[in-house]
Amino acid sequence: MNQKDSTKLGVVVSGSLSQGILARLDSNTSVEDITVGHLVTIQGNTRRFFGMINDISLETSDPGILLTPPEAGEEFLASVLRGTTTYGTMQIVPYLTLGSDESLIEGPQPVKSIPSHFSPVYLASETDIELVFGKEGSKNFFIGNPLDMEVKLCLDLPEFVTRSNGVFGKSGTGKTFLTRMLLIGILQTDAAVNLVFDMHSEYGWMGTREKASPVKGLKQLFASRVSVFTLDEKSSQERRVSTDFVVHLGYDEIEPADIELLRQTLNLTDQAVSATYQMRQRFGQKWIEKALALESDGETEDVLKSLNIHEATFQNLIRGLNVICRLPFTSPHVETRAVDKVLEYLQSGKHVVLEFGRYRDITAYILVANLLTRRIYSRYRENTEKAMAENRPRPKPLVITIEEAHKFLNPAVAGQTIFGTIAREMRKYNTTLLVIDQRPSGIDEEVMSQLGTKITCLLDSEKDIDSVLAGMSGKSGLKSVIAKLSAKQQALVFGHAVPMPVAFRPRDYGSAESYEQFGKMPAVSDSQDLEDLW
Amino acid sequence: MDEASSRIAEVTQASTAGFFAQCYELFDLPPLGSLIKCRDGENEILAVTCNASTSSLEPGRRPIARGKTELTEEDVFRSNPQLKQLLKSEFEGVVLGHSFNNEYYHYLPPRPVKLHSFVYLCTTDEIAEFSRSLEFLSLLTSARTDIPSEELVAACIRFISACHADPSTFTAAAGKKLAQIFVDDYPKLRTILLRLKL
Ligand SMILES: Nc1ncnc2c1ncn2[C@@H]1O[C@H](COP(=O)(O)OP(=O)(O)O)[C@@H](O)[C@H]1O
Ligand SMILES: [Mg+2]
Repeated sequence: MNQKDSTKLGVVVSGSLSQGILARLDSNTSVEDITVGHLVTIQGNTRRFFGMINDISLETSDPGILLTPPEAGEEFLASVLRGTTTYGTMQIVPYLTLGSDESLIEGPQPVKSIPSHFSPVYLASETDIELVFGKEGSKNFFIGNPLDMEVKLCLDLPEFVTRSNGVFGKSGTGKTFLTRMLLIGILQTDAAVNLVFDMHSEYGWMGTREKASPVKGLKQLFASRVSVFTLDEKSSQERRVSTDFVVHLGYDEIEPADIELLRQTLNLTDQAVSATYQMRQRFGQKWIEKALALESDGETEDVLKSLNIHEATFQNLIRGLNVICRLPFTSPHVETRAVDKVLEYLQSGKHVVLEFGRYRDITAYILVANLLTRRIYSRYRENTEKAMAENRPRPKPLVITIEEAHKFLNPAVAGQTIFGTIAREMRKYNTTLLVIDQRPSGIDEEVMSQLGTKITCLLDSEKDIDSVLAGMSGKSGLKSVIAKLSAKQQALVFGHAVPMPVAFRPRDYGSAESYEQFGKMPAVSDSQDLEDLW
Repeated sequence: MDEASSRIAEVTQASTAGFFAQCYELFDLPPLGSLIKCRDGENEILAVTCNASTSSLEPGRRPIARGKTELTEEDVFRSNPQLKQLLKSEFEGVVLGHSFNNEYYHYLPPRPVKLHSFVYLCTTDEIAEFSRSLEFLSLLTSARTDIPSEELVAACIRFISACHADPSTFTAAAGKKLAQIFVDDYPKLRTILLRLKL
């Protein structure tokens, strides 16, 4: 459909604020041109409404047509019926209005009324999109184009990072590409500093691309502002990644809480988990080393008895600890702690991508992500509290990106893990999450509801769609939009950082031209932003 | 078409919604669905023709068959010249609108046509002008006639479309308008539309 400033689609014929607006398509609007997810404006008498098409249907005013529909060859009859006795309707969810007094100053406001009968419905124009979502600027990052439109859709990233956010979608729908773009945006707009737990090593240096050559990672675009940490030096060298630091974990850095999160992956019993706490208390920081040593020790039985730990539980625990100790990046003790190094980089404003190389198994990922995040978060929290107490500016916001988020945030563990805490505490300590997951239904409901902005690519399981939309108004409408997104590079964004939901096609990533666009740091241009600087 | 040749008939019975007219020439009937007009001073009343007939002048007396020994049908009249005096061609006009101060109105005129008004064929230009607005379709479709009204409607649209520079566009627009009029009568709409061609 072409994007003229006033493509009239139809007129309002019925509806309600809770159920949405029903508009009848004009007879010259082909129902085939209307797509769910399109943004429309409705021109009421005194105000303008912004909404999204979420359903389309075919109607007939005379059931007789269903008995004797035009036959082949009765083209004229068919063409007359189209748009008259038989017609299309579209269901529109109104989200915003513009035109009442306050909105003239404040911009579009959430809807509290609906347009009157026969108000004309137009396809949203480029100016409408800019009015609602803002123009590209030093805070507004260009993330893609609304479906079938040329205009740039922008996201206010400083606002975005004030809450934890989520990127969802089936495997292969473009989550990684979308996330990479958001990370670049956060870097470009200087909205926050990123810490990425890069399970599949695709953000820092070289990302894979289906059926095409690899794409550049963040460090290749912003060499001086991004550092790549690796758990797997060999793999990084083989891939010719210029790494900044090789991460090793000492057993003595691992706390019982880190083990607790691994309960499922290490197959630990509840008793084994509580045994870790007893051991920690008994043996101090070197508890893992000492517990492992116990095995070959004659005194084992006595110690276990005194701790009231069963032999079977002990064996169960030892098996689990052995899995950790066999991870090539762990050793009894390391000199330079990764936590300190990560913090040092983050505090100097550098973005950190930690790549896992070959250690993609979930045990390594959970262990490392959880361990580092817990320490980093507590440091951030101290710093923030101190800054507030001393009336200094708070540290720069930190965004922690995790994949396979349901492993950290499923209902069984979300209550205890650091990630659950961060998701729930919102912006309190300037740290938020960017969670990426292909199975959002696996994530704890409460955590899902705390996520500020959600960007979702195609999801096809009802359960996943429901969990992503939990708590949204106009849910049923958005459901059909999500289910109808195309299998790649289309997404719906809604929630805190956008005034209304919008389906869009994320920016292309991977061409020389795209690198040039993404690699640029925007110049501060608008006068408003200059004022902000003052 | 000059004034004299377009004058084809005379009103013999009139009412608000329509009139009967007798042709000056036997068999010189305007085609079904064509547009005719009568004058009323400066103003005109436009109508569509339907229910044409040729019959005996004397009610109740039917002509008898005379052609058994003739070679052609024309020979029947040549051999019986009196026949033309005993027969009349008549048709009915259903009023579709009128003009007042040089403007067309697609609703009934305040008064019916006068008896003995002359009946003229409308010119192509007049028809095109009159049918620029499709409002006339509402009088056309509500006409009560002896013939099935679908037939009259279809014939009239076919006739008028030929007077337009782009007949298909006119027919398509008329079709859409009919669909609005017959929202609740699909069989009728279908019957009419199947009698039209783009
Ligand atoms: N914005 C984009 N620009 C270019 N290609 C894309 C984009 N988004 C998705 N793709 C294509 O889709 C494929 C799958 O995307 P990816 O982000 O790896 O999916 P996911 O992480 O959801 O499994 C990519 O390899 C790429 O070919
Ligand atoms: Mg991926």
